[in-house]
Amino acid sequence: MTDHAGREQSCLAIEALHALYGDSHVLQGVSLEVARGEVVTIIGRNGAGKTTTLRAIMGLLDKRSGSINVWGRQVIAEPPERIAKLGVAYVPEERGIYATLDVTENLLLPPSVGPGGMPLDEIFRLFPNLRERRRSQGTRLSGGEQQMLAIARVLRTGARLFLLDEPTEGLAPVIVQQIRNAIDLMRKEGHTILLVEQNFRFAQRLADRHYVMERGRIVDMIARADVASQAARIQAYLGI
Amino acid sequence: MSLQILSGQLLVGLINGSFYALLSLGFAVIFGLLGIINVAQGTFYMLGAFGSWMLLNYAGIGYWPALILSPVIAGAVGMALEKTLIARVYKLDHIYGLLLTYGVMMFIQGMFVYWFATAGRPYPVPFDLRGGFDLGFLFLPKYRAWVVLASLIFCFGTWFAIEKTSLGRTLRAATENPQLTRAFGINVPALLTFGFGAGVALAGFAGVLAAPIYSVSPLMGGELVITVFAVVVVGGMGSILGAIVTGLVLGVIEGFTKVFYPPGANMVIFVIMFIVLLIKPAGLFGRER
Repeated sequence: MTDHAGREQSCLAIEALHALYGDSHVLQGVSLEVARGEVVTIIGRNGAGKTTTLRAIMGLLDKRSGSINVWGRQVIAEPPERIAKLGVAYVPEERGIYATLDVTENLLLPPSVGPGGMPLDEIFRLFPNLRERRRSQGTRLSGGEQQMLAIARVLRTGARLFLLDEPTEGLAPVIVQQIRNAIDLMRKEGHTILLVEQNFRFAQRLADRHYVMERGRIVDMIARADVASQAARIQAYLGI
Repeated sequence: MSLQILSGQLLVGLINGSFYALLSLGFAVIFGLLGIINVAQGTFYMLGAFGSWMLLNYAGIGYWPALILSPVIAGAVGMALEKTLIARVYKLDHIYGLLLTYGVMMFIQGMFVYWFATAGRPYPVPFDLRGGFDLGFLFLPKYRAWVVLASLIFCFGTWFAIEKTSLGRTLRAATENPQLTRAFGINVPALLTFGFGAGVALAGFAGVLAAPIYSVSPLMGGELVITVFAVVVVGGMGSILGAIVTGLVLGVIEGFTKVFYPPGANMVIFVIMFIVLLIKPAGLFGRER
């Protein structure tokens, strides 16, 4: 696994990634790879290090080591703003809607990081709720609307690699359906998605592959075709 | 009580309030964005005033160019300080920023006392703004009218820039969640440097406005900063609108106190601060954290 960085189709390649939160060694040598246009999930129990992996890719952790290649560029020592400018978009688990900005301002905040971003009216067609509430303060929205806003916000920028952290957590089925539509659309447009998801039924229908994470390491990888035959194995990993 | 005395004190209050507003506005911008309690704000006010004095006496550059040049120079000094010193204490408790900027204040003020001694130096009122308007009940010097007007324009211009423009949107986002804002590709560290420079430049601008009214002296900012600190606490730490409104209103209240109870004029702002802290600790315009 040394030549991933140079490969054309490799969009994200992580090797031997270590990261610390304070004194706790959260990531203990994570290695994974996502090809261009793929939708890949990281599944695993709470505290396995899934969110930390996304934060590390985004450059949001001070103490990290190893190798992270985004489109063949080593970014392990780069600050978050540089990584974002490579076309990487991050939708955090807590959604990160700004209370001091209204919905439109939240949408317009992230600068363009590449060509081909989704125009605002198309975003409003995808998430009609946001159009109705575009003058509302960001944090006045319902949880589902906040999640739509968090995704809509990065669709505008022309990013090509999306890091989505638990986009369906705590949402009603109707809203989950809308989020799924958005992710489907992103995949159709050829975007690459790395998805952290607890809801395996949701992840299963979207993803090409699933990485299983345990105690700060990737311990298994299951392809879409094997999901049905490996159901027992997956259940054991997730502790369902 | 004559109308003349009242309106005279209203004017004095508005002038003082204009300076309180400009200085506490810069203070609020810096605290809101960087979480730094910039005690040196008064020093940058002094730098602004001294900048215009030096430009006039050493380079023959008059008031109007100095009104732009001097705040820009003060802002540049501020940005250099932010890059070299202040950026190092963001992750620490507020008290470290306060102590650091206190040290900066002592250093700069000490240098100016060493070079210029403490005596005030006069700065002429610009030619275009000499004379005044006789309003019947009050003689309004043109220069003082200009100070109130300029400070109002700058205060509300700053408020507009922060609340209504895309730069302001980015600044507010960087204030609320700097890490996530960086993850969107926004260079927050550079934004913080700019914000500190802008806050300092506001103080420098106030200093240039003040030069023809108060004499230019190395200690002119040290006394003011204590009052400004009280204004900021009353308005609410980091609140832009709070700084502007409170600055002007407290200036006027202080002016009227001089009429009704002169011995109380120097402490009325602090009494108000005391009461506000008891009733609404986050300040009149501040949000509870």
